[in-house]
Amino acid sequence: MALLEVKNLGISFGGLRAVNAFDISIEREELYGLIGPNGAGKTTVFNLLTGVYKPDSGKVLLDGKDITGKKTIDISKAGIARTFQNIRLFKQLSVLDNVKAGLHNKHHYSTVEGILRLPKYRKIEREMDEQAMELLKVFDLDGMAHVAAANLPYGQQRRLEIARALATEPKLLLLDEPAAGMNPNETGELMDMIRFVREQFHMTILLIEHDMKLVSGICEKLTVLNFGEVLCQGTTSDVLNDPQVITAYLGE
Amino acid sequence: MDMSFISYLINGLSLGSVYAIIALGYTMVYGIAKMLNFAHGDVIMIGAYMALIAMTQSGMSPVIAVLIAIVVCTVLGVVIERVAYKPLRNAASSLSVLITAIGVSYLLQNIALLVFGSNAKTFPSVVEWTGITLAGGQLSISGVTVVTIVVCLIIMAALVLFVQKSKPGQAMRAVSEDKGAAQLMGINVNGTIALTFAIGSALAAVAGVLYCSAYPSVTPYTGAMPGIKAFVAAVFGGIGSIPGAFIGGLLLGVIEIFGRAYITSQMADALVFAVLIIVLLVKPTGLLGKKIQEKV
Amino acid sequence: MWKKMNKNTRSNLITYGIVIAAFIIMQVLISTGSVSSLLEGIMVPICIYVIMAVSLNLVVGILGELSLGHAGFMCVGAFTSAFFSKCMKDVITVAPLRFFLAMLIGIAVAALFGIIIGIPVLRLKGDYLAIVTLAFGEIIKNLVNVLYIGQDSNGFHFSTKDVMGLDMEPGGTVIVNGPQGITGTPQDATFFIGFIMILITLFIVLNLINSRDGRAIMSIRDNRIAAESIGINVTKYKLMAFTISAALAGSAGVLYAHNLSTLTANTNNFGYNQSIMILVFVVLGGIGNIRGSIIAAVVLTLLPELLRGMEDYRMLIYAIVLIAVMLFNWAPKAIEWREKHLSFGKKKKEAVK
Repeated sequence: MALLEVKNLGISFGGLRAVNAFDISIEREELYGLIGPNGAGKTTVFNLLTGVYKPDSGKVLLDGKDITGKKTIDISKAGIARTFQNIRLFKQLSVLDNVKAGLHNKHHYSTVEGILRLPKYRKIEREMDEQAMELLKVFDLDGMAHVAAANLPYGQQRRLEIARALATEPKLLLLDEPAAGMNPNETGELMDMIRFVREQFHMTILLIEHDMKLVSGICEKLTVLNFGEVLCQGTTSDVLNDPQVITAYLGE
Repeated sequence: MDMSFISYLINGLSLGSVYAIIALGYTMVYGIAKMLNFAHGDVIMIGAYMALIAMTQSGMSPVIAVLIAIVVCTVLGVVIERVAYKPLRNAASSLSVLITAIGVSYLLQNIALLVFGSNAKTFPSVVEWTGITLAGGQLSISGVTVVTIVVCLIIMAALVLFVQKSKPGQAMRAVSEDKGAAQLMGINVNGTIALTFAIGSALAAVAGVLYCSAYPSVTPYTGAMPGIKAFVAAVFGGIGSIPGAFIGGLLLGVIEIFGRAYITSQMADALVFAVLIIVLLVKPTGLLGKKIQEKV
Repeated sequence: MWKKMNKNTRSNLITYGIVIAAFIIMQVLISTGSVSSLLEGIMVPICIYVIMAVSLNLVVGILGELSLGHAGFMCVGAFTSAFFSKCMKDVITVAPLRFFLAMLIGIAVAALFGIIIGIPVLRLKGDYLAIVTLAFGEIIKNLVNVLYIGQDSNGFHFSTKDVMGLDMEPGGTVIVNGPQGITGTPQDATFFIGFIMILITLFIVLNLINSRDGRAIMSIRDNRIAAESIGINVTKYKLMAFTISAALAGSAGVLYAHNLSTLTANTNNFGYNQSIMILVFVVLGGIGNIRGSIIAAVVLTLLPELLRGMEDYRMLIYAIVLIAVMLFNWAPKAIEWREKHLSFGKKKKEAVK
């Protein structure tokens, strides 16, 4: 069975059908691309999958479990993590604390244990530090662990956001335009990194992207969204050669 | 019918009219600059002192005194916006401008305290007319009450016309919808925001004079409570909506006066605040407000 | 060892050190008689302001929400504890024990109010949240002023009208007397107790900040949507910060009530003016900077006492400084200017590389 199974998902905003009859099926460890022109409803799909919006029709199954219309935090616990188009880091926190915040639901001690600094506090904090540093190493951010996230250069902020999402140990990772604002060099590195994340963490990844080089370079399957509806779906090469896609999306 | 009930109702409408005039200032500024101008209430107090000085120390006629108050408050409002709020318009923290506004409120109160002292000063009514007596002497309505309600109606009508029909009014609506787009359309955003503060502050001066005529004294803290209550009225009616401020103001005034009369005078303020809490919890957009969704 | 320590731990130790040193210096000065009785008299109020400022900073600086009703929680702590102490004056004669129990009760009830008020209020955002906390603070103050409680052999009597409304037997005593408040509370609060309460407050707030819960709270402050996306329960942690802050304000109220023989609720002690005064301490000390809150609270309380002639200008100067600090710290133009002309903006980055 597929890891993510979405059937007939839809939502309207004040009469406007932003997403309609959206279907998608993503297999484990697949690298899947969601593309389409601006305003096609791609980010809205992400917001529906992560519970920011409640769908008014359809079903979302993650690993066979129905998560339709659940709250964002429950969806995070169920195993979906995401990044944002306009980077959303905890700017005043250190790079390390950003990742440790991502580990929040993986390690527990009580408020009282925390305030009184009981042995459990020390033990768990140490574990969190170690695990977070490991993740930061993967993203080559370990040298910046104690810098405030706001002081990182743009490219590193994007990487930190992915590291934080992975800290929640998700089954499915959603990346919203990870290459936005990057030069070709940085985009190349990013592609390597996304592949590496998939291998290393056995991660299933769904990403929104405009950079066709990135999409054709790393995605195995694509779904093209246009005016809130699925225009075309299939393997990357099939989709990119589809005449419908070429006219509607890539231009005349 | 019980005459005291009608009398309370009319007093409530009169107090509500003052709240409505103040609330118009809040709601317009909130609609355009997206900030709670905490110092708005204190502009009322400054307006009242200005009129008081003009009348008692310079012996001017009430009409001239009111005009002077309006001019001073308008300038004051524009200066406050320019010096304290404009630099923070694109600040990272939305709390910063609110805290600054609290600072301005504090500043105005303490300037007044230094200049005018902390003792309450008697405020002579700007309305010399004694009012009307109805129902064979059972119901008397003071001149200030009538004038307040009439002035409020005129202001309300004039503002609606101004915002709907005039060029600057249309610019205001455009800026409140989308600052960036308005700028691209060639609208002078800074000028429009300054104009909004000017109008709001001029209204505050009028409200200050009317309020102090009805409750004939003024202290450096006179503006604080009516200011906060008028904000409650603006929220009640739906922040950003001009008719909303009007309806919210009137309702709040009536609720307060009825609360004073039929429940207990000590709890009247608490009642007004309870209205705010209930409105925000049940219908945060107020009676006539629009819903805004956060973009993700 | 000092060098090996985590930066936060080191900074916290400095904060504790400053507080302890200040206490010892004052104690020495007081015992040698080199402090005026007036100054000695404001030692407990200073402790109260420090606790208020630190606890408000938990909401404003760490949680990132503006509360203008902080004095309301102080009011709750003050009245419940004073009520308890007055009732128990002759029952529990061991003053420290009685005060300890009063403290627990004041804190617990203030925390309870924090939860009751926090649940609806924390659903709101920004300006609305600020104005609603102000509303709640004023409502609390108003309620206390219409509250009458008396006690006779039949137990407690309540009224919201007047003393006659209590309908007591001739021998009954009035405990809470409406606007006249509570008189005859035992004056159990001392500078030493105030100092201990500051240390406890600091211990709770600083350790909370550097824990899993603190991280969650600050992540909500920095980006609520991202915090939700990684599974942080926003409502729970907002409520936690708000409640702990309310409880600590309650403890300041307990000190306040037991430092005076007459306790009334008026605009100056429990009104929003007081809440704003505390906010001034927090802003001038640096939003989110706990040590700054302490220093600002102490300095701004001491200054007018030391410079008597300035009394009239005190609030005026606070107001101007408040506006100036906000503009300097937050205006985009000022930030740009600072980064160009002052070095401390850049130093941060290099220091760690």
